[in-house]
Amino acid sequence: MKLARFFLTGIFFGIVLTKAEAVSWYRIYEMFHFQSFHMFGIIGTALVTGVIGLQIIKKKKIKDFKGLPINIIEKEKGFWRYILGGSMFGLGWALVGACPGPIFILLGTGTYAIVVVLIGALLGTYIYGLLKDRLPH
Amino acid sequence: MEYLLGTWHWSISGFLIGMTMLLLTYFGKSFGMSSNLRTMCSMAGAGKFSDFFKMDWREQKWSLAVVLGCILGGFIAYHFLSNGTRVNLNPDTVAQLQTLSIDAPNGKLLPDALFSMETLQTPKGFAILLVGGLLIGFGTRYAGGCTSGHAISGLSNLQLPSLVAVIGFFIGGLVMAHFLLPIILK
Repeated sequence: MKLARFFLTGIFFGIVLTKAEAVSWYRIYEMFHFQSFHMFGIIGTALVTGVIGLQIIKKKKIKDFKGLPINIIEKEKGFWRYILGGSMFGLGWALVGACPGPIFILLGTGTYAIVVVLIGALLGTYIYGLLKDRLPH
Repeated sequence: MEYLLGTWHWSISGFLIGMTMLLLTYFGKSFGMSSNLRTMCSMAGAGKFSDFFKMDWREQKWSLAVVLGCILGGFIAYHFLSNGTRVNLNPDTVAQLQTLSIDAPNGKLLPDALFSMETLQTPKGFAILLVGGLLIGFGTRYAGGCTSGHAISGLSNLQLPSLVAVIGFFIGGLVMAHFLLPIILK
């Protein structure tokens, strides 16, 4: 099955974020109040791992599992979309304590209230799609 | 077993999150969770109303498989990889939360004051979750990514736009946590 490896990656990611407690509203609150190193340690270690890993992939020209060259997509240039969109996401993240990954993961932990956050997030995405061309990017 | 069933250390957790991103890169994909929200809108027929959703969502099936995996991963971790000792907060945080009428974790991942079924049935409780979701959905698509796409993938690839986005995450997060939450939860 072609999708199995992605499904397994998702299971792995879901377990890690739950056990790291990055899905916890409390941990996000604590992070934004600088009252614990936990979340900063997680993001920092993930970054160090990611930077080193991507450098190795680029330097050694490592191929993907199909043997094709790995093309790491560069982000589009811009300022307003990143600062404004980022700030809006930050407001939501600190309010409900979940970013998009944890919204799905929390469904699995049996938190039914998170369905409302998911519906809100889908609506928000839809509204962005409608207003996209009128916003500064 | 304590190491497996208790809270995972930040260094292990961070390393494994970084490896998840590298694994998806090795699979020829890019790591990002919020783009699934766009895919789901597209599947629901939003392409009729905005070109932004005119896409072939079948190309994103791999990412939806990651989402399904995440749900199952959350289930497994919560029910089978836990000894009930969760979220040991800084005591100062617990005391501060008490002044906002937020219950202490005591092994829970989420406060009942925001996520219990009783809270959900109050107009305010429902509105908080819905508005939070709206900001997350709108903000991540406007910024073109969330914590996974910008803070992990983008910064790992030393992308300046991702740094600006992460600065934005913190501007919004700090304003909410320090100024708005106390007013909202009053």
